[in-house]
Amino acid sequence: VSTPAIPAPDAAEARAPGEVRKGRWFVRITILVIVVIWLIPTVGVLITSFRPENLVESSGWWTALAHPFRTAGWTIENYRLAITAAGFGNSFLNSLAVTIPATVIPITIAAFAAYGFAWMDFRGRYVMFVLVVGLMVVPLQMALIPILRLFTQGATLFGFWVFPDLDLNQSFLGIWLAHTGFGIPLATYLLFNYIASLPSSIIESAKMDGADHFTIFWRLIVPLSIPALAAFAIFQFMWVWNDLLVAYVFLGGAGQNRVLTVALRELVGARGENWHLLTAAAFISMALPLVVFFSLQKYFVRGLTAGAVKG
Amino acid sequence: VRTTDEAVSGPEGPTPGNEPNGSTDHADHISPLRVILVGVAIVLGIFLFLLTFDFLRRPNANRLAVVAVAIVVGVGGIFFLYWAMNRVVDLFPAWLRESVRPYVFVGPALVILGVFLVYPVFNTLMLSFKDGISRDWVGLDNYRFVFTDDNMLRALRNTAGWLILVPLVAVSIGLAFATLADRLGRGEAVAKSLIFLPMAISFAGASITWQLIYSYRPQGFGSNIGLLNGIMIGLGQAPVKWLELKPWNNLFLMVIMVWMQTGFAMVVLSAAIKAIPDEIIEAARIDGASEMQVFRKITVPSILPTIVVVTTYMVINAMKVFDIVFVQPASVEVNGTAVVAERMIRWFFLLHNNGRGAAIAVILFVAVIPVMVWNMRRFREQEAIR
Repeated sequence: VSTPAIPAPDAAEARAPGEVRKGRWFVRITILVIVVIWLIPTVGVLITSFRPENLVESSGWWTALAHPFRTAGWTIENYRLAITAAGFGNSFLNSLAVTIPATVIPITIAAFAAYGFAWMDFRGRYVMFVLVVGLMVVPLQMALIPILRLFTQGATLFGFWVFPDLDLNQSFLGIWLAHTGFGIPLATYLLFNYIASLPSSIIESAKMDGADHFTIFWRLIVPLSIPALAAFAIFQFMWVWNDLLVAYVFLGGAGQNRVLTVALRELVGARGENWHLLTAAAFISMALPLVVFFSLQKYFVRGLTAGAVKG
Repeated sequence: VRTTDEAVSGPEGPTPGNEPNGSTDHADHISPLRVILVGVAIVLGIFLFLLTFDFLRRPNANRLAVVAVAIVVGVGGIFFLYWAMNRVVDLFPAWLRESVRPYVFVGPALVILGVFLVYPVFNTLMLSFKDGISRDWVGLDNYRFVFTDDNMLRALRNTAGWLILVPLVAVSIGLAFATLADRLGRGEAVAKSLIFLPMAISFAGASITWQLIYSYRPQGFGSNIGLLNGIMIGLGQAPVKWLELKPWNNLFLMVIMVWMQTGFAMVVLSAAIKAIPDEIIEAARIDGASEMQVFRKITVPSILPTIVVVTTYMVINAMKVFDIVFVQPASVEVNGTAVVAERMIRWFFLLHNNGRGAAIAVILFVAVIPVMVWNMRRFREQEAIR
């Protein structure tokens, strides 16, 4: 297709109108098809969770779409049952108690470390930074057993207590620390990229004004790094909230402190195909991450891509 | 690597005038009152912390109260820790202060990583040379098991399939979608959010979600409520046991991960596409380049570094895939859907063989290293350019 090389303000105008329209429809239809395919599973869960048990068991969820206004076809009983009888209300609270500190703690530690590596001068700085970021290679799975043993038995080296037996297993503090350990390398890497790229002039002028490192960090670096901090916060929040493995290992399958994902898995195990409860429970577990993501997505995209795009 | 810092702070000397933070409230004199106040605050903080730690363990406490206290303690505790450490360092003699302070900033990260990542690596390595209950040394027996056991070999093959196919498909769809959505104009944000939506769902939630697609019930055990079998029946075919259909069931499980991860690839790639200067693309179009040519000759080369980063991230994720396979109700061994990370958890936690579990973890670790080293090298190159 060759078009005359006239300088046009909009390239589309340089094309034959028919071709442009055809291209636009192609784009629209392809996008629509992909979006619909991507939505089908979620829509299935949503519909099933609002259908009464007997209908869920006897007909596919898509049949509900045939007569959407038949009121007998819909109920919120599943949600009531899931929250009270199946204990998903408590699990929701537990998930909050795990996720919020397990998001704030690693970000705080990583932000301080990133500032230290970027703007403070001390011996071994480069080696330490490489070590911290290099630990991204350690798969979570590799750390589970030793940490569990630390929590339940402590550790001794040549007869001395190196790590006391704090009885951290099944405690919130234990799981916060575990998530913190697993999250710090990536968090430090991302935050370092951001914090180190801030203009040095502002930090120097703050020092001239007599601010110490702690003040510079709190008053200057943290406010300026909000996009990166928020991006990692969303990332870590969703990861911890949705985590099954770490919660299963450190908080256990039963007991008071069990979180949503663990409760969900237990429900699959205990009741077989209780679709009406499972889908309601699944939707309860999705609700908060969806709210968090949709309300903060502009930070997420901006912050996560700040490093990648520059490459 | 920064050197400006050095230039400003100057040599760490005993003369307080050279200190970068030689403001009045950090003067050389430390009044006893300050020492006492800081001391009292720290003791009080530790006391409160221990008190709540006890409360959080009480079995019959009100859940809402427990959760509220946990959040306050967790979030407040970490801020308090840094505040207290910084205060304590302020009390140090002036010549020592600024050489200790960096460790206030990076120290906690190093300590936590030491306990939660460095120590476990060595511990796991050691366990992998011991027997199932970690008592006697068994040499390379566990590794011999990893490379001879039928299910392990299948897991290695399957994982290889996961880490090739999932990133390939997810990044391809993500790239195509990002490119097309860029031309959509109105509705772009909505379309992108909907593709990203599965990313917010847990693997446990996702596998329940996909049960509604793949579900199969034999005749006489209720009607088939899975979408795929609904379609099969609608077409007059017999329903299929999708998740037991070897070897395709592996692909069906991979679809779940592709569904979840495409959104991530798409969002990051889309941002990279938006960063390409408009003038370049306009110029190419005016010169008569077709959309396909623009895509191949301009878009892809410009965002190649981002594609590499996203692909690496997904390869590592696929290597560690566990939940999707693990929560399947049917037997992993019978269906031949085992993957490496799932094997590891099974040997550790369900079959209680520390040695074999540890050996599999080590294999996983060794497999991730080259990918990460390569990634880090790229990072260093970027740093050099900067």
